[in-house]
Amino acid sequence: MAAADPPAQAGDGFAVRTEGLGKRYGAQDAVHDLDLVVPAGAVYGFLGPNGSGKTTTIRMLLGLISPTTGRHELLGHPMPDGLLAALPRVGSLVEGPAFHPHLSGRANLTRLDAADQHADPATRHTRIGEALERVGLTAAAGKRFRAYSLGMKQRLAIAAALLAPRDLLVLDEPTNGLDPQGTREIRHLVGALAQEGVTVLISSHLLSEVEQVCTHVGVMRAGTLVAQDSIEGLRARQRAELVLTTPDPDRARVVLQRAGVRELAASADGLTGTPGEQPAERIVEALVADGVRVRGIELRTPKLEELYVQLTGEGFDVRG
Amino acid sequence: MASLLRSEIGLMMSRRRNQMGLLVLAGVPVLLAVATKLSGGGGEHGGGADFISQVTQNGLFVPLASLTLELTLFLPMALAMVSGDAIAGEAHQGTLRYLLTVPVSRVRLLAVKYLALVFGAFVAVTVVLAAGLIAGTLLFGARPMITLSGTTIGVGAGLWRLAIAGLYVVAGLCALAAIGLFVSTLTEQPIAVTVAVMVVTSAMWIADQIPQLSFLHGWLLVDRWPAFADLIRQPPVWDSIVQGLLVDGAYAVVFLLLAWARFAGKDITS
Ligand SMILES: Nc1ncnc2c1ncn2[C@@H]1O[C@H](COP(=O)(O)OP(=O)(O)OP(=O)(O)O)[C@@H](O)[C@H]1O
Ligand SMILES: [Mg+2]
Repeated sequence: MAAADPPAQAGDGFAVRTEGLGKRYGAQDAVHDLDLVVPAGAVYGFLGPNGSGKTTTIRMLLGLISPTTGRHELLGHPMPDGLLAALPRVGSLVEGPAFHPHLSGRANLTRLDAADQHADPATRHTRIGEALERVGLTAAAGKRFRAYSLGMKQRLAIAAALLAPRDLLVLDEPTNGLDPQGTREIRHLVGALAQEGVTVLISSHLLSEVEQVCTHVGVMRAGTLVAQDSIEGLRARQRAELVLTTPDPDRARVVLQRAGVRELAASADGLTGTPGEQPAERIVEALVADGVRVRGIELRTPKLEELYVQLTGEGFDVRG
Repeated sequence: MASLLRSEIGLMMSRRRNQMGLLVLAGVPVLLAVATKLSGGGGEHGGGADFISQVTQNGLFVPLASLTLELTLFLPMALAMVSGDAIAGEAHQGTLRYLLTVPVSRVRLLAVKYLALVFGAFVAVTVVLAAGLIAGTLLFGARPMITLSGTTIGVGAGLWRLAIAGLYVVAGLCALAAIGLFVSTLTEQPIAVTVAVMVVTSAMWIADQIPQLSFLHGWLLVDRWPAFADLIRQPPVWDSIVQGLLVDGAYAVVFLLLAWARFAGKDITS
């Protein structure tokens, strides 16, 4: 029985691995030469602005569309041959919820579960109840899907992804349309699932939305993966900035240079620079010892969000 | 497979539109029986195999006459409607991507969808026959049938032949459902499927009426659909019915293969 399998038995410790994966629509490369690696057990934030190719990638991963180039593996199964073997252990949410409007939330889940050959009909009722409970939809389960609010629809789609025990969850913008509380709950849910050993691939426009739960991040820009790293790795790429407020910039410049601070630049009321090995307290000591009047000193680490914006570009227009 | 098929049939029957469609199908025999009763049963129809002229003398002819009446438009329309929902409707709603990622293999999905359409054809024809039998028996009574050959068969034998005639019509509709399923894999607009299937059916009926196209007639799906009338002869004449079944089977096989060829590798972008 599939339900008894231990979680995350992914091949070689990778839940998802793609090699040169690409999808061309007409003249446009929607996704180009993608080498995506999601380690088993990771919570992978798949980030990128509108039209950057996140959903297209996810559709390829799940076998909904065939890649024009490249290969990929899902839970150790090579695609597309291993699709039917891998998908029972994968829960997914692709480009928003979609259900039959005239059926209730519960009836819609029942239909999906009936479609699953691996699902045990005897436990169907319980599993559906648990999934609804998990997304906080128990009270609205009997309502027609047509009458659901956007957030309720989104929650139902997440419940559908949780109908069976999973090794991998692929969630395409799961917080779309959710209120702040709902967004927080989804974060908690993802965190809890990760604790249980489920690998999660979660796409989003906002790094800040997933930053707290992610262990890994991949950033898409115009169909290309421009960065992929663990969160620590990403943080390590960022350099802190020293901001000194002083009426004696010239004298301070000499001291700071001696203390190994590079890239010194004058600001309106002092200096900024990139600190070297010396800790901040030593630098202050040296400054004071040389009679520099220190009005304020700050070691500022830029937010990860700023790095993300750098990677994806600031422009508002989506690519054509 | 069985549980998905059950779910599929439940989904089809739960649609308000389909329930209304069945009401319309049932309305025709009732209308026919009531109108004939009210008009005092003027049998001014000259013979032929449309059974309408025999209605007054025997209620068992109401279901047969209704089959004839609904075969050209209402029954094909019913199948055209549900085959629009089959794949195109799911694609339009986006539910197709969630079925496929359950996962349901594409060939299994096509098989289930087709079996559900077959069930739909069966239900549609059963509704016509049942409504006709009830209305006919209530208004005109059930008597031994005078066959087209002039001899008489008992009520029991008549009911049997009615059932077989129904199954023959179902077979024709199943072939039409295969065409519908194929068209359903081509588009994401269910209404486009319905229109296309109706256009194809009507075009075949029209071509079947044009003598200059007689070389084509044998190949038209609808050409032998009315042959169920041959069952109301004594003994029944099977030639056209067997040929009709062969044509139905050929259409079903060809269009199911086309549907499979189209759907197996299709990009699901909805
Ligand atoms: N079916 C399609 N036909 C043609 N082009 C497509 C199709 N689907 C997607 N594209 C194009 O591929 C590119 C990537 O689209 P995709 O939906 O993957 O973006 P995304 O990152 O999911 O965006 P969003 O954040 O808005 O959901 C876009 O330029 C889009 O226009
Ligand atoms: Mg998207």
